[in-house]
Parts: sequence; structure tokens; C-alpha cells
Amino acid sequence: MYRILKKKVLNPTVTEMEIEAPLVARKARPGQFIILRVDEAGERIPLTVAGCNTETGAVKIIFQVVGATTEKLNHKEEGESIQDFVGPLGVATHTEGIKKVCIIGGGVGCAIAMPVAQEFHRLGADVTSIIGFRNKDLLICEDEFRAASNRLVVMSDDGSYGRHGNVTVPLKEILESGETFDMIIAIGPVIMMKFVVATAKPFGVPVTVSMNPIMIDGTGMCGGCRLTLNQDGKKVTKFACVDGPDFNGYEVDFDEAMSRGRMYGEYERHAFTEACNLFRNV
Amino acid sequence: MPINPKKHEMPTQAAEVRAHNFKEVALGYEMKTAVDEAARCLNCKNKPCVQGCPVNISIPEFIGCIKKEDFQGAYDVITKSSSLPAVCGRVCPQETQCESKCTLGVKFEPVGIGRLERFVADWHNAQEDVAVTVPEPNGHKVAVVGSGPSGLTCAGDLAKKGYKVSVFEALHTAGGVLVYGIPEFRLPKSIVAKEVEGLKKLGVDIETNVVIGKTLTIDELFGMGYEAVFVGSGAGLPNFMGIPGEALKGVYSANEFLTRSNLMKAYESDPDTPIMKGGNVAVVGGGNVAMDAARTALRLGAEHVYIVYRRSLKELPARKEEVEHAMEEGIDFRLLNNPVEILGYSNPDDPRDPKNGFVTGMKCIKMELGEPDAKGRRRPVPIEGSEFVLDVDTVIMAIGTSPNPLIKNTTKGLEVNAHGGIIVNEDGLTSRTGVYAGGDAVTGAATVISAMGAGKVAAKAIDEYLSAKN
Repeated sequence: MYRILKKKVLNPTVTEMEIEAPLVARKARPGQFIILRVDEAGERIPLTVAGCNTETGAVKIIFQVVGATTEKLNHKEEGESIQDFVGPLGVATHTEGIKKVCIIGGGVGCAIAMPVAQEFHRLGADVTSIIGFRNKDLLICEDEFRAASNRLVVMSDDGSYGRHGNVTVPLKEILESGETFDMIIAIGPVIMMKFVVATAKPFGVPVTVSMNPIMIDGTGMCGGCRLTLNQDGKKVTKFACVDGPDFNGYEVDFDEAMSRGRMYGEYERHAFTEACNLFRNV
Repeated sequence: MPINPKKHEMPTQAAEVRAHNFKEVALGYEMKTAVDEAARCLNCKNKPCVQGCPVNISIPEFIGCIKKEDFQGAYDVITKSSSLPAVCGRVCPQETQCESKCTLGVKFEPVGIGRLERFVADWHNAQEDVAVTVPEPNGHKVAVVGSGPSGLTCAGDLAKKGYKVSVFEALHTAGGVLVYGIPEFRLPKSIVAKEVEGLKKLGVDIETNVVIGKTLTIDELFGMGYEAVFVGSGAGLPNFMGIPGEALKGVYSANEFLTRSNLMKAYESDPDTPIMKGGNVAVVGGGNVAMDAARTALRLGAEHVYIVYRRSLKELPARKEEVEHAMEEGIDFRLLNNPVEILGYSNPDDPRDPKNGFVTGMKCIKMELGEPDAKGRRRPVPIEGSEFVLDVDTVIMAIGTSPNPLIKNTTKGLEVNAHGGIIVNEDGLTSRTGVYAGGDAVTGAATVISAMGAGKVAAKAIDEYLSAKN
């Protein structure tokens, strides 16, 4: 069992937790993820590590309540425990040779992008961060990004906070102004990452995307997290759990990834309603 | 009394009943049946069966005990060589191992060695818990990576010699393929749990949720005071065919399908982990894993389940009993067929149609057997123009695995072969001093018993290595 050391509500649907897992805290690097199970009957879900404290052995996770499992997790309080917590999994974000980087986060993806921005900042890179949210109420991690960035642009879809529009708007402006980056790192909804790649393509700027497909074991056994990459005209199957989660954005088949992400859509909606009803009755 | 030419039949659940439940198919011998079957053993002088067993169980000796109704004696004989008798009695391919060598088998059906082994193990498990004598600690620490058949065997053998053994398991439950891969109806999880409990009583620590190569590396294990490491990390990532449509919704690897059902208990009525149930299902492949996936799909409520295999019945690599059970349950074997494309739904007028991207069928081509290949197996050749579409909603690929890269990538000096399997010598020693390996991590997908054999060999070598060190 793994104890919840801290719990903080970031916005109505996003929660931050610190879980006591010293072995994971000692090892995890930005870009890596963990897999947890809330209880004995629970499913295994992957969540990206949002930070670690090697002294307290705490691993920070930030999650959005999107389904039955995250709903159950959100009902756990400080001092309570969750059943399983394993990691760090996946390959950490590559930072070598990158002096000027643009970090783009969308929605809860900002929780994953934030430690990456912090890492580049720590390494002395020039960091531009563009973070976008549907509206003001869903804003997270703004202070952290501000502290870790040479330049920060906050966007909202409805204009209720920061600038009005998608994250690709300021990216396009910057690239059109003649400025460039060693790397753009996009983390958020698949559709956002797809459009970041499309925006960057005419300028020839490399893009890394962080994929978050459905997983079970997360250790290279089940193959559920497979993605198709187009490498030099050839289709190649890769596994997000051991080969990723970061991939070259120009190679990823985003449409396929989006379609596969909806495999259990109907089932999950049903399970989510059930879980919500469960807590309502308690 | 003349010898009964046939093995005593194994009582099973009726095919039409068991096809709809996850309870064990084979029910096991009654005591009298076991004693009668034991009486068929000729107790021949050269004991060829022992050579046929990868862990060399003293087979005629334990059968002799059964004849005398000394079941505890029989159990003691088996456990001298095997740590997991209740498991092996159920999942070993006896027809190609011990029973294939049986002298009685020359004229008649061989002695039902596997069924007798299972009987003895089940008899023992039904007894009141016997106190376990924990061996005197010898002061040495050994780490075992993976709690599947090779790891559990290696851990058990070393613990019996007084080693302090820690087993590190990546998943949340111990047992490896015995819990995520082999279904409940063939190997009940309670039996695996009992074997694991037995090891804990011997003083073995089982650490779940630790991924060696990620949470800790092999080098860190040595730093923590472990003097030797056994790597039994198992088979790795599933293979796919590389045909169009394998990324459609409804296409699973057998590993994923079985893991969802077995480990994540998707077969229960209201699971947290979803799985596609019902409809028509095609399983591609002909091994034990393919049989397990097909029979699991049937039990989950599929209307029609196909096994699609590119060779003929004779070449089917699965255990004979599993193939027979699958046929009795109504699995439709489409032999000499090979998939060429998986077809999916696409609504040209509505890109948001929720049915878009789901499997609607699998295009196959008929095959015929041509010239034998290097291994002597006749190579299947496609018959031109014979394509047809199988109407299915789910496709499960059971065509093998490639070794997991996590340990190789994080262990300097650990040599692997062209397929990624860890290279070992005849003692299970890798290219790294003190690091041993065995099971699927070395051989690629193989059987439970061969993995156990490798765990055993490595345990002996580790004992010799650490005894010599002092």
C-alpha cells in the first residue's frame, strides 16, 4: 500500500497528490510515468510524474477526473493509501543539446509539461512556454510555468483568461517572426499535438510529442499501447510504455492514436456514471 | 490381471457446460482411479520417463508410492525435483515429454503421469497445513527477477538451501505468466497463490510493483548486498503480423486479451478493466496461448470463435489436450488459412460515427503445405486467388513475443542474441559474473516446465558459485 501524503485540488476536475513511493521518487525523471491501482479490484492506469522529493520519498501526480478510476482516486484523502504504485516507467524526455526550447501544454497535459519546463530551466536552456486551457476555471500550474520560463503565453479557448485562442496561434506568430527553437515539446490532447506538428512543419522545427495511450502493464508485455510511426515511408509499430512516451511528432499516426483512444469510450462512460452514483449514495 | 491398454480417463466438466464458465475444465482423479492408474506402471528398469522430464522427477518412484497409497511419500519424491507440482500436473505437455518415453506407451497408451502428478499435488494441498521447516540461514542473499515459473523455482530451490531470497515482480500479483497468461479454467489462481504462499513460508520475500531495469537496476541489486541475481523476466512484447488493419479497435495481442481477462479479472461481472465481449472472434496462431485466448473469448460470451492457423492440424504446436478440449467446446479450427488484412468500419458521411475504426472482418488466404523448411516443417504456401473474408468483430494475435528490452538496456555487459534473448551457458550463467538467467527471457516463448528446468539449473549453479566464493 502506498500512502497519500498530500492532496490539493487544482481546479474543479484536476487534483494533485503526493504519494509515498521512495524507490520511484529516487529514480523518476521528467517525462516518465507511473502506473497505479486504487484498490484491489481496480484497473491499472498510467499517470505522468509531475515531480519528486527524494527526501520525503514523495512522488507528485496530477490527474483529471475523467473516468471511474480517477473518480475513485479523487475520493481518497490524505493519510489514506492506494493499492499499487509502480515506476518510474518509460523513457525520460531527452534534453541533450537543446538550448532553446518551446514547451506547449494543453489542459491537464500542462501537469506533465511543467516538470519538463522546469528541467530545461534547471539545465540553463532558454524556455518559452505556451499553455492553453478551455477556460479560466481550468487553469493549472501557471506560477510554476512562470518561474521556469523566459517567456510564458497563456491561452484560453473562450478568452476568459490570457489570450483568446489555441496554443498554435502564438506558436505560429513566433515562428513567423523568424524566431526558431532547437525543439518544440507538445504535451496535451492528441488533436492539439497533431496541430502543433502541422504548425511547426513549414518552419522545419523538430517536434517531440508525449503520447498517453491506453495501457495495462506498462512494462512491455501486453502491447495495448502500440502506436504506428511512419519512418522513411515505412510503417513501424512502437510501444509507448517502453519506447516512449515521447516520440518524434512528424512520425506519429495521430488519427490512429485518437481512434484507438476511443476503443472503450462507451464502456467508460457507463463505468464513470456508475462510480459517480456510487459516491452519491454514500 | 491384464494391463488396461488405456489411461484412466480424466473426469472433466461437460463441454457444453464449461464453455460458459471459468471453472477448471479437468476435475482430477479420484483416489481409487489414481491408485488403479499407478498400477499400470511397469516399473521398468531403464525408466525412460525420467529423461523425458525437464526437471527429472523420479517418476516410477512416486508412482510406486501411489500404488502403496503413500501419497505423502509420493509428494516428497516429486518435490525433491519440482517446486510447483500442482502447476506442472496441469500445464505440462506430458505427451511430448515424460509420457512420450513411457515403455507401456510402445504397445498401449502410456501411464497418465501428468494426471498422477496432479493428483498427488492436489491431495497434498487438501491436507491440513503442515508446518514447514525453515532451513538454517546460510547468510547469503540472492535476488530473483520475475515471479513466473523460472523465478519461483529458482527461489524455492535456493531458499531450501538456506539462502535469503528476494523475488522482484513488476506486476501487482506474483506468478508471472501463471496469473496473467494461463486462464483460470486451466490453472486456477488459487493454486498459484498456494505455491507462492509456500515459498513465503520458506522465508522468500516477494516484492511486487518493482520493475528491474526501471525501479532498480541489476547493478543496484548488487549494491544492496545481493551476491547473485537470477533473471527470469519472461517473454516480452507481442509480435504482430505487419498486415494492414492491426491498429483497428478490436485487435488485441493475446497477451493483452489474456491479461485483461486473467490478471485484471475482466471475466467477472462488473470489472473495472474492460474487454470486448461477444460477437465473432478470430484468434491467429496455433500454440497454447492461442488456445487459451480462443477458449477465454468463448467463455466471455463470443458467439463464434475461430482459430486461424497457417499450417495443418499435424503442425499445431499446442498441447494435444488443449486442442481436443477446444474442439469439444466448439472452437472452429480454420487450418491452412493465413490472414492478409483486417478490415474496419468507416462511415464516409460521418467521421464521428462511433463505429468508425472497429473491426468488421478479416481477409484470409488459403494455404497449402510445400517443401520442408530448415527445421523440417513443411512450409505453408498461399494458394493464389483463394482470398475470403471471415466475418469477425475481434481479432486476437497469438503469434509469439519478442524479449523485453528493459533489463538488457540497463545492464552493462549483459549479452543478448540477435532475437534479444539473454545469452547463457549450460549453467544459466550470463556474460555478467553472478548474473544468471532462464525461461522465456532466454529462449523466447516456451513452456512452463522448461522455464522451471532453467530456474533449477541456475539455482544449482548459483549455490555452487556462492559456496565456492567463501
